[in-house]
Amino acid sequence: MRILHSGSQIGLVRPYNCGHMLSEQSSSTKPGHTENGAGPPPLTDADLLEMYRTMVLSRTLDQRIWQMNRQGRAAIVASAQGHEAAQIGAVRALDPERDRFYIYYRELTTMLALGITPLELLLGFLAKEGEPLSGARQFPLHGAIDRDRRDIVSFSNVVATQLPQAVGVALADKMRGEKRVTMAYFGDGASSMGETHEAMNFASIHRLPVIFFCENNKYAISVPISQQMNIESIATRASAYGMPGIEVNGFDPVAVYEAVGAAADRARSGQGPTLVEAVVERFLPHTSDDDDTRYRPPEDLEGIRDLDPIPATEKILRASGALYDALDEEIKSSAQKIVNQATEDAENAPFPEPHDFYEQVYAPGSPGDLS
Amino acid sequence: MAEMTVLEAVREALREEMERDSTVFMLGEDIGARGGVFLATEGLLEQFGPERVIDTPLAEAAIGGIALGAAVNGMRPVAEIEFGDFIWPAVNQIIGEAARVRYGTQGRRTAPLVLRVPYGGGVRGGLFHSQSIEVAFSHQPGLKVVAPATPYDAKGLLKSAIRDDDPVIFFEHKRTYRLVKGDVPDGDYTIPIGKADVKRTGSDLTVVSYGLVLHYCLEAATTLAEEGIDVEVIDLRTLRPLDTDTVLESVRKTSKAMVVHEDTKAGGIGGEIAAVIAEEVFEDLDAPVKRVAGPEVPAMPFSPLLEAEFMPSAEKIATAMRELAAY
Repeated sequence: MRILHSGSQIGLVRPYNCGHMLSEQSSSTKPGHTENGAGPPPLTDADLLEMYRTMVLSRTLDQRIWQMNRQGRAAIVASAQGHEAAQIGAVRALDPERDRFYIYYRELTTMLALGITPLELLLGFLAKEGEPLSGARQFPLHGAIDRDRRDIVSFSNVVATQLPQAVGVALADKMRGEKRVTMAYFGDGASSMGETHEAMNFASIHRLPVIFFCENNKYAISVPISQQMNIESIATRASAYGMPGIEVNGFDPVAVYEAVGAAADRARSGQGPTLVEAVVERFLPHTSDDDDTRYRPPEDLEGIRDLDPIPATEKILRASGALYDALDEEIKSSAQKIVNQATEDAENAPFPEPHDFYEQVYAPGSPGDLS
Repeated sequence: MAEMTVLEAVREALREEMERDSTVFMLGEDIGARGGVFLATEGLLEQFGPERVIDTPLAEAAIGGIALGAAVNGMRPVAEIEFGDFIWPAVNQIIGEAARVRYGTQGRRTAPLVLRVPYGGGVRGGLFHSQSIEVAFSHQPGLKVVAPATPYDAKGLLKSAIRDDDPVIFFEHKRTYRLVKGDVPDGDYTIPIGKADVKRTGSDLTVVSYGLVLHYCLEAATTLAEEGIDVEVIDLRTLRPLDTDTVLESVRKTSKAMVVHEDTKAGGIGGEIAAVIAEEVFEDLDAPVKRVAGPEVPAMPFSPLLEAEFMPSAEKIATAMRELAAY
């Protein structure tokens, strides 16, 4: 199969070296695909078109949620705008049926790509009955999807806690001999936590099938990357743990797909964890409660929106002939229609009554059960 | 039936549960070749291999978080925190996360993990090897907190903890490990979590305790019996959920209550027990509820006379019992 879309086709934010294997500096650990040329299967036009469709849907939904927050209808939102390409590229390289997803709070595109519907997501943002992760007990995108549907988990808002958990999940899979990959999502902010270090170190010692996927948007709320670390790239830390680190342009979905695909191959073949750093941009403030004009100079985002991965992907698809006016119109109006319908349905849904308020504190019938 | 120490009872429970259920595994610092710093896991690496008896780096947050992740993914991890004093980096994962997994997912995920925690003083451990930290965990809904005092209870409760579908913090008092011996039945048995045990029946006053000082309470009760004062001694065994029924039933009978623990007094379990007694059986009381507890200093000092000053003793407890009986 011909590689139709290499990582170099979409303009880079900065001259990041897509798919560059930092571990090549280390002789002890090298990812398999750099040695034998293996990697994820090349994406076709149809694949990229499908990814584009999900990115458009995610952006449309995200804009709607932000709007609803400003109208006082959604209490809180951490926008994924600017992260879409990284998220769609990563999911594309994994097996939603089999793999495990320990997400963090900015994963709207990831959720859509894994088959969680716009209505289900909106039920979360509006704290309505039927929300599929926690019954709206938690902030949006927190809790867990029914295991027999998808293994998507986010127990809390506390950054980096999911990383040792994901390592434990991968340890259990390895003990049972299951060939699954656990994808552990985090941001640049979480990279400063001690638990990140402890998780990576243990995963590498035991060669666990986990991918540490950092969406580096260069801000921990208001603190810029220059005040978070004195290094150029989070991925360089991987070498200190004896695992490969891949820094990739997170505006390039194909590059992210290739990087995560290589990491997944490595995990499935028992070679252990990989740190993938997708460098992205946060187009909006940290959350809807944040005001980034207090700390982010306007020039910081200047020119960045010109590199927005969604129009960039559109351009590539148009250039290859896979996308044309009528199809693009259909994709965009269909996204709008889906989001409008989901908005209406979510608004009509009731808030959960406290009838199960005391349930699931402890196992039903066990000591302390209050239900 | 065999006489064994608390330590041996813990080890036997671990061995039998590992043999019974292949999803049970252990992780912690020095638990492998070293057999644990107290030897609680001695011989288990040889029997079960390094995949089920995992020596970890010195990283308590990882121990807590990895145990949690494995528990969520179908295993029954038993993690050892080397000393309770070292547990704080793991608190983010245990109190912050594990306690809320079931509630925060409406039961879509559960965390059947056990954290074994050697705790307590009287071992010349000084400020950072003597702490009583159980109340930090017993305050948290979603956790179960167990603190046995005898070999029989330790074995039966540890088996229950490992089989429990919720996170259980299992406190083992270090001083009891080799000091306290008792008969333990051969083979499998469990003791239910959430049930206190009347260790000595009596009619004049009720003493509620747990852990090492439970034995000091029994010693003091024997002394008072010679003076004609008949003391009932209740071993809580579980600190969350509390078995208030057993406590209240006893207080209704004796009309006088006292709580004894090694942990410091303010905000301790004793305050909760006293509050429940005041709420439920106030009119049965003939005296104010009394508390004997560790003094309000940050930790137990190292030097012997200073350590003794901190620890509740049978003598201190007997004095308090006499005062309450005379009220």
